[in-house]
Amino acid sequence: MPLPRWFHLLGSPPFVYGFAGKLTPWLGAASFLLLAIGGYWGLVVAPTERVQGEVYRILYIHPQTAYVGMMAYVVMAVAGGIGYIWRIKLAHAVAVTAAPIGASFAACALATGAIWGRPTWGTFWQWSDPRIMSETLLLFLFLGYLALRAAFEDREKADRVSAILAVVGVVNIPVIHYSVVWWNTLHQGPSIMKVGSPSIAPEMLVPFLIMVAGFTLLFYWLLLNGLRGEIVERERDARWIRQLVEARG
Amino acid sequence: MNAFSMILARDLRIAFRRFGEVSTPLLFFVIVVSLFPLALSPNADVLREVGTGVLWVSALLSSLLALEGLFRGDADDGSLEQLMLSPVPLGITVLAKVAAHWLIAVLPLIALVPVLALSYALPLQALPTMIAALLLATPTLSVLIAIGAALTVSLRRGGSLVGLLILPMTAPLLIFGSRATDFGVHGEPTAGPLYLLAALAVSAVALGPVAIAAAIRVGVE
Repeated sequence: MPLPRWFHLLGSPPFVYGFAGKLTPWLGAASFLLLAIGGYWGLVVAPTERVQGEVYRILYIHPQTAYVGMMAYVVMAVAGGIGYIWRIKLAHAVAVTAAPIGASFAACALATGAIWGRPTWGTFWQWSDPRIMSETLLLFLFLGYLALRAAFEDREKADRVSAILAVVGVVNIPVIHYSVVWWNTLHQGPSIMKVGSPSIAPEMLVPFLIMVAGFTLLFYWLLLNGLRGEIVERERDARWIRQLVEARG
Repeated sequence: MNAFSMILARDLRIAFRRFGEVSTPLLFFVIVVSLFPLALSPNADVLREVGTGVLWVSALLSSLLALEGLFRGDADDGSLEQLMLSPVPLGITVLAKVAAHWLIAVLPLIALVPVLALSYALPLQALPTMIAALLLATPTLSVLIAIGAALTVSLRRGGSLVGLLILPMTAPLLIFGSRATDFGVHGEPTAGPLYLLAALAVSAVALGPVAIAAAIRVGVE
């Protein structure tokens, strides 16, 4: 089997800068398309839910943001771990870029959850709900990560220290999650990830999954865009950046 | 005498020579616990209801106060670098320091808990469970605090930052710890949460030193 010859290129800032630049328009367009189709399908076409009425339609926004927030933490921790172990600066750039995006998604999940909770549970916030609590703690972990980074002046040190924190955090997230599950819950049981047949009608499931895909691509679109900025910021003294600027005129 | 116990003995000796500094978390704990009845209500029923949580959160915050003593002093005077250069694995060294932190900053708090718990009108039969839960939960807490202290070892003022970093991670300890205590108060079986706390302690003591040592290497290099 021939050795793959492209993998090492992912460690090269100019290559990733150009590659991400080529990928972002496609990601952006695909995400926009999916969100538009899924949004229209979910908010207009999909049938009204029997118990909750029209309010349930936030189902097409809220779980997706929560899921992307968690995914962002994993992306951040994996990238940070790769950067720490193999000393790849680009991986650190990915981790740094993922943090504020993930924090925003976690905050969005809490906000949309509160908006959904008021009409259906009669309360914006419920301390005893495990998923609210794990999402809140996730947001705190993101904010701690950002605060730790901000405290360091030396970027390389900030990279390595915050990578350790991210890895420690990702080990802790399942523990935190399952410990808060101990509490009694208001949250509706999982309806998608159920073994056997999901307890959601297919005409609702399809737009739901389209929105999941749309939000996932939205995250990666934001990530790659942010990554390009981060690369330019980190490599601003490199020759290829200067050539890039000169070529733009 | 092996390296672990030598480092432990050294840290304990240093701590006892700065007794004022060491007693701060203890005093803080007592004062915070005494402030709650002023803010909430001196009513014994109210206190019994909130006592478990107040004691747990106060103990958590008080043991954070001692984190400056973990690595900062040794980093400032260069002895941390000497410890890193020694043939003893850094994981063993930091584990000894974590043990010292636990003995200095946490164990005295636990010793005071029975008195404070009785002042909150908690039933006597809940005390053994509460002490057991604290004894099982606090090693994990000391490891987490040490991770925070190690991550911020090269910062001049890292203290308040550490709280931000590690307090979210202490949620499982609080949940299982106060669960066990509540079960004890109501005379229900307490083995479940206690086993979970023990499991967390074992994992933290086994995995934590790796993270602490990595963070110290980055901070001091």
